[in-house]
Amino acid sequence: MSTDFSREQRVVHCTRAEYVATVRALLADTFSMCVDLTAVDYLTYAGDRSLPTGVAAERFEVVVNLLSIEKRERARVRVQVPADDASIATLFDMYPGSEAMEREVYDMFGIVFTDHPDLTRILMPEDWDGFPLRKDYDQGRIPVQFSGDFAVQS
Amino acid sequence: MTDILATIEGGNEAEQGLKPRSELTARELMREVGAVLRMSEAEVAKLGDAPDDPSDDQTMIINMGPQHPSTHGVLRLMLELQGETVLRCKPVIGYLHTGMEKTGEALTYMQGGTNVTRMDYVSPLNNELVFSMATEKLLGIENDIPERAVWMRMLLSELNRMSSHLLFLATNGMDLGAVSMMIYGWREREEVLRFFQKVTGLRMNHNFIRPGGVAADLPDGWRDDVLRLLNLIPSRLDEYDTLMTGQPIWRERLQGVGVITAQEAMALGATGPILRATGVAWDLRRDQPYLHYDQVEFDVVVGEYGDAFDRYSIRLNEVRESMRIVHQILDRMPGGDYRIQNKKVTPPPRARINESMEALIHHFKLFTEGFKVPEGEVYVAIESPRGEIGCYIASDGSATPYRMHVRAPSFVNIQCLPHMMRGGLIADAVAIISSTDPVLGEVDR
Repeated sequence: MSTDFSREQRVVHCTRAEYVATVRALLADTFSMCVDLTAVDYLTYAGDRSLPTGVAAERFEVVVNLLSIEKRERARVRVQVPADDASIATLFDMYPGSEAMEREVYDMFGIVFTDHPDLTRILMPEDWDGFPLRKDYDQGRIPVQFSGDFAVQS
Repeated sequence: MTDILATIEGGNEAEQGLKPRSELTARELMREVGAVLRMSEAEVAKLGDAPDDPSDDQTMIINMGPQHPSTHGVLRLMLELQGETVLRCKPVIGYLHTGMEKTGEALTYMQGGTNVTRMDYVSPLNNELVFSMATEKLLGIENDIPERAVWMRMLLSELNRMSSHLLFLATNGMDLGAVSMMIYGWREREEVLRFFQKVTGLRMNHNFIRPGGVAADLPDGWRDDVLRLLNLIPSRLDEYDTLMTGQPIWRERLQGVGVITAQEAMALGATGPILRATGVAWDLRRDQPYLHYDQVEFDVVVGEYGDAFDRYSIRLNEVRESMRIVHQILDRMPGGDYRIQNKKVTPPPRARINESMEALIHHFKLFTEGFKVPEGEVYVAIESPRGEIGCYIASDGSATPYRMHVRAPSFVNIQCLPHMMRGGLIADAVAIISSTDPVLGEVDR
């Protein structure tokens, strides 16, 4: 676990094994709100990940934004999640509000949150194939159809 | 035929919906009745072992929505009822999901505004603002935005807060049977939108606040238009007070309905008027000031009981506070540029294109390729009318965001519904949905 600052914002990097302990320590340190939980798929990322030593870059990264109302501070926890075992512990027991956000991440990235009470799709239909926000999930395009005849009159 | 019967039996979204109690695990039941928030561990264990429930045939699971007029769009609530009492509730969302975060990855930072503005379509300018601020922070130009642009952004943001809250007052009235309130609320909101149309060209989905500043300067006579609004609305708000705030039926319908405590609201991540109604004075404009909110005077309106009435009166009084801010903005609006003079971010003026080759190249490159943004990731949050709206952008150094995520306040806020509704009456369910003021475009994105 290491803390640094990216554009004046406090960022905590940790491994998957340290994840729950790290968040629990932040919760004890007055970070009582989980405002946001999301993920990034770094499959095709061309740039430098700039991770601290000791944290190996993996395909997925879960990003948790915590807020301390007492200190008026924010902290961002970034956890690496490997592609071959895309799972991570749930934060539901500490922050019940993270439940819906974890469902969204599962729905969009296919990252499994172990011990989550209701891990189902939340935005996509439940029989949907694939996870739309993964980088190997193609983006389609529907050609625009015009109803009128736009042929140039001579 | 059997397929149809199976669909009717299971529902077409059986997995995401509310299951009968007999099929639930203890942990799921705990979540659905909000036990994690309200009960001691001993009580939870008791619930897990032997659910002290009415048997299945005495309760009924019904769908409210997705097309119910009082669910503010396409929100579907599954309710377990015993008589008129709501035992459990589960919001089922996603009917308006159009993959806007995925779309955002294909649009350049210049085009991105057109995408995010459509998320929370009731306060589009705040969406644009948070996206622009995140982009500017990545570019490292957040302190170089011209003064006039910053004050213009504040003006538009506050007017948008007013129009959004006026719409809330209208729909809240409509949901509770005060139909004349609906017409009054829409009428006043339309006055604000007319000003937006004059400034941005559109009533909604403006794409007016852009990375680097705003799209155009304020039109001639804008000050008179704003002053007209500021003269018109206070007396209308007093009329609302007469019509609703002091009225016994209105108070009966809202007081003590949908109560949530400060601890519960914070555990669920609720922000905005829901959190403030519980007595937590948390407003990002004051507590983590952005733009020039630290230079204007205003009060953070808080409630005491955390019920639907507190949420109503907070929004009503926030309109007054916003007007107070707008008065100060009128006094302090500086002259000068309305967008940053950085050729890499701002397109050149039309006249320059005719005479300068560089201007033509810049214009062409900006609109075909967009501008490149340095690598990194950033989270920026501002106070939208509904709570904290945040924008998380991860950039790989190209002209499009590698990942663009919007933390939508409504998405989190509607997760409080099961906790607010538990044990209440079904008639109060409508009041509670209305009091969270969800915008489904933002919930589903």
